Amino acid sequence: MTDVLSPESRFAPGTFTPSPGRGRVTRMLFTQARTELLLNLRHAEQLLLTMIIPMALLVGLSTLPLLPVDEPRVDSVAPRVFALAVISTAFTGQAIMLGFDRRYGVLKRLAATALPRWSMVGARVLANLAIVAVQLLLLGVVAAFLGWTPSLAGVAGGVCLLLLGVAAFGALGVLVGGALRAEAVLAIANTVWFVLLLAGGVVLPADSLPDGLAVVVRLLPSSALAEGMESVLREGVFPGWAPLVVLLGWAAVAGVSAVRTTRLT
Amino acid sequence: MTVRLGSTVVSPTADEPAVQVRGLVKRYQTTVAVNGLDLTLPRGQVLALLGPNGAGKTTTVEICEGFLRPDGGSVRVLGLDPVSDASRLRPRVGIMPQGGGAYPGVGAEEMLRLVAACAASPLDVDWLLRVLGLDGARRTRYKRLSGGQKQRLSLACALVGRPELVFLDEPTAGMDPQSRLLVWELVAALRADGVSVLLTTHLMDEAEELADQVVIVDHGAVVARGSPAELTATDDQQLRFRTRPGLDVDVLASALPAGCAVSETRPGAYVVRGTITPQVASTVTAWCARHEAYAQDMRVATRSLEDVFLDLTGRELRS
Repeated sequence: MTDVLSPESRFAPGTFTPSPGRGRVTRMLFTQARTELLLNLRHAEQLLLTMIIPMALLVGLSTLPLLPVDEPRVDSVAPRVFALAVISTAFTGQAIMLGFDRRYGVLKRLAATALPRWSMVGARVLANLAIVAVQLLLLGVVAAFLGWTPSLAGVAGGVCLLLLGVAAFGALGVLVGGALRAEAVLAIANTVWFVLLLAGGVVLPADSLPDGLAVVVRLLPSSALAEGMESVLREGVFPGWAPLVVLLGWAAVAGVSAVRTTRLT
Repeated sequence: MTVRLGSTVVSPTADEPAVQVRGLVKRYQTTVAVNGLDLTLPRGQVLALLGPNGAGKTTTVEICEGFLRPDGGSVRVLGLDPVSDASRLRPRVGIMPQGGGAYPGVGAEEMLRLVAACAASPLDVDWLLRVLGLDGARRTRYKRLSGGQKQRLSLACALVGRPELVFLDEPTAGMDPQSRLLVWELVAALRADGVSVLLTTHLMDEAEELADQVVIVDHGAVVARGSPAELTATDDQQLRFRTRPGLDVDVLASALPAGCAVSETRPGAYVVRGTITPQVASTVTAWCARHEAYAQDMRVATRSLEDVFLDLTGRELRS
């Protein structure tokens, strides 16, 4: 080879002397989680989906007599909108981000670093939990102004349900976002969100749906999460094992499938 | 496992080649992408994998990076298996995938800082952004970067962890001449500092300029290998020149000394092969003058790497 490295090279000798090694795991994990959180928070369509639409539904359904629920309406609407917020972030938002991240080669880029695989997944989970926390804080404050009085006895149960909801919908989001083309992910993730909102037991309780449909809807994670949230936060009563089993089942099936189908690009 | 020699601890992989590939085979459904390929990259050297589109270069590199599993043959990278030892290998290797890769909405600086956070003692991110000409694009979203900027960011991500071995898949694709020169300078600096580099390219001058060793691949197999000097060595001399296209070369051939042959290789580009003397050059000039034309860019040349490449891989276009 000829000597491209002229004396006036911009690279002093020793600049690239190898000194490889893995960064601190906590630093890698939190740097990636923070990056993904910021990416979500400054993405306009994501904010529309995760913040603005749930907020509009919370205000609209609490103040207008559109749903067959008892007064005060906000006590039923707020827990159900919390469930919707989880679906928006963990399922639809995550699937779409993942679909486009794959298109832009980011998974391969990250896989090419010293980042362990579990940490790549862990950072996404942390980012999702952080977004859900921001959503619940904002929605909770607005709900309080609308007169929301949650049952404090149900808070622990509510947190437990929310975590299971993030797990189930997060796994479903990865299943959809990790295998299909970005455009297909966009279409499916938005359609499923809309169907679950109207017919998945989220804003309309399963009881108010036709009998045959209600049986199926109760097996959906959306219904399990929304009904469970309403039960714990309105009445302070844990709704029994049924919603837990439904959410855990969906989380397990979707998680195992996603591990098999997710591709880097 | 480490071996203790006296008081020095030596990694068992320290004297193995940076990359060693033997009899590599990779099939995609019905097509064979790589067909029995061998290559060895000694530590601290630069190896260029040169070949037309679809020759199997990227497949070979992605197998060495551990992104694809081979269907046959063996691959050792820094003495390790790229798939089963991936978690030990990744921190030691820098990878520039073809076409780059980053979150669509991430800023260039943000992305590089994320990749730098994965390394134990990364290069200074501010410095790296500056020397790669990305200072003005620090906050630009990845999807808004130009092709050349994306490539330079991708290169920065490959180098920031101070790796022992770097894989660069078409590092200068889509770059302007200034950026290409910068990449060449970078590769030379990496080599001078003891980093092993495996790069793919279909640019002859790039391979000729940078590589200690060139491996020419076509249809998934090696068709030639050696240093650029070895590959272009020939007893044959050539006189190359350009003039008006379509002149009658038979007239020139009859005027030249015996043993000289002349042909028009591309429209307007002529080559005389044989024993080249000043007399031959004078005959060529006179022949051009009779056609009221200049003999331009006249030079006595040996074979270029491009000649070798086209002789080996043919001149027809690849899909």
